[in-house]
Amino acid sequence: MKKIINDPTTVVDEALAGMASAHADLLRVSLDPMYITRADAPIAGKVALVSGGGSGHEPLHGGFVGAGMLDAACPGAVFTSPTPDQVLAAAQEVDGGAGVLLIVKNYTGDVLNFETAVELADGIEMATVVVDDDVAVKDSTWTAGRRGVGGTVPLEKIAGAAAARGDDLASVLSIAQRVVANVRSMGMALTPCTVPHSGEPSFTLADDEMEMGVGIHGEPGRERMKLAPADDIVATLLDSVVGDLPFSSGDKTLLFVNGMGGTPLIELYLAYNSARKYLADKGIEVTRSLVGNYITSLEMQGCSITLLKLDDELTELWDAPVHTAALRWGV
Amino acid sequence: MGDGQACTAADVASAIRAVAEVVTEHKVELSHLDREIGDGDHGENLAKGFTAVVAKLDDAVPDTPSAVLKLVASTLISKVGGASGPLFGTAFLRAASAVADRPELDPQAVATALSAALGGVTDRGKAEVGEATMVDALYPAVAAATAAAGSGTVAEVLQAAATAAAGGAASTIPLQARKGRASYLGERSIGHVDPGATSVTYLLQSLADSAASR
Repeated sequence: MKKIINDPTTVVDEALAGMASAHADLLRVSLDPMYITRADAPIAGKVALVSGGGSGHEPLHGGFVGAGMLDAACPGAVFTSPTPDQVLAAAQEVDGGAGVLLIVKNYTGDVLNFETAVELADGIEMATVVVDDDVAVKDSTWTAGRRGVGGTVPLEKIAGAAAARGDDLASVLSIAQRVVANVRSMGMALTPCTVPHSGEPSFTLADDEMEMGVGIHGEPGRERMKLAPADDIVATLLDSVVGDLPFSSGDKTLLFVNGMGGTPLIELYLAYNSARKYLADKGIEVTRSLVGNYITSLEMQGCSITLLKLDDELTELWDAPVHTAALRWGV
Repeated sequence: MGDGQACTAADVASAIRAVAEVVTEHKVELSHLDREIGDGDHGENLAKGFTAVVAKLDDAVPDTPSAVLKLVASTLISKVGGASGPLFGTAFLRAASAVADRPELDPQAVATALSAALGGVTDRGKAEVGEATMVDALYPAVAAATAAAGSGTVAEVLQAAATAAAGGAASTIPLQARKGRASYLGERSIGHVDPGATSVTYLLQSLADSAASR
């Protein structure tokens, strides 16, 4: 294992300390219990957004804390959900009196820990939205349900904008649920990743193999295939994504090509180009785009493609100003 | 357990210390099992949680068995993370409530506590027998403990539970996982022993060994 670390057991703490000092104008960090909040939290009268999940997906979620997006993020150990005491402490700190929306990716550990936090919460109005956009998980009656993956990024941006314009908790929740209903994603990997405290790759792939339908925790996917050209990889991902909602001719969409952490931007833009051609052939219009490493699996090579069907309101909320460590526009 | 039958708070605390030792000893193996079908952190996280429990017991051992179990619960909930934190934490929390106010645990109370723990795990995790989870170890363990509680000592009740749990854990090997991260593998989860069922077995076996050596 080659990583720029001092001690595998203090990776998250040291990274958070670095983040706090790099972005002191935007963020405050608590190390025990561990959470990140907006520097100016709480914002009186604004619905607060709290998300969280295992570390190793940076910039998700801490990089999205700031004006127009999240009020707090609770990082767990690498690929391990945060604990209820973190969620509770973060929610108490950022609650501006208008309630708290918890944004949870649909992984068993995340759901159980956030549920426990809601049970323990006293005196704070809370609502929860669970993101489950991963079409690689086919049959939800026989599994823990679809995983929350790339769709989390546009959801946090759009719900954050709704809260910033003054929507109440029920309205922010409703916007968030509209994103969940209209977003689909699928990912693939060229290499596994190595969790620092484990020291071993999460799975093994031959030089000429790729793993289709991976989640974001280094877990193996649904199918191992021979490596193929980018157009074919993108078509395999988009066949599942487009067919699932389904997206159809004339739809306006946000196309988000996300890197898993170890794939250079040149390949992500290449994949984005393949995706644009694929969608143009189907008459699906791309009106907004995002390309880059936003929800990662440590140093894994690979990408995921997220498609969100936009309406005028979702587009306006996507375009609204945002000022976080990882996303910034309009300010 | 002066008379070989009932457990005091101090007995429960030493049994929990034994669990911490065994979980720490097997953490690499548990994480390895988890890596096959999950994300490879089960052993590390559980060991971290029980190590934190031991640190709290070093500060002070609570007065009753129930209070010891409750301390274990709150520590696991705040230190373990993953699905294991809330699941093991809720198990200990329900066990604590089931034997609240008892100064000592007799064999029947141990079986009652185990049964309540199972109820906590199924309420929180919504898993049933046959879905390749810790329930596959805990369910037969509770049945065996309940059956043994009529005539057995605490050590015998716990040993019956541990033996049944080991059988239950082995039964997960041919099963397709239907809960948790392993479920995402579909049929590829078949052929692997469930890490949670394995840690439940280690936990019960170390409780049994601790009770037998008193």
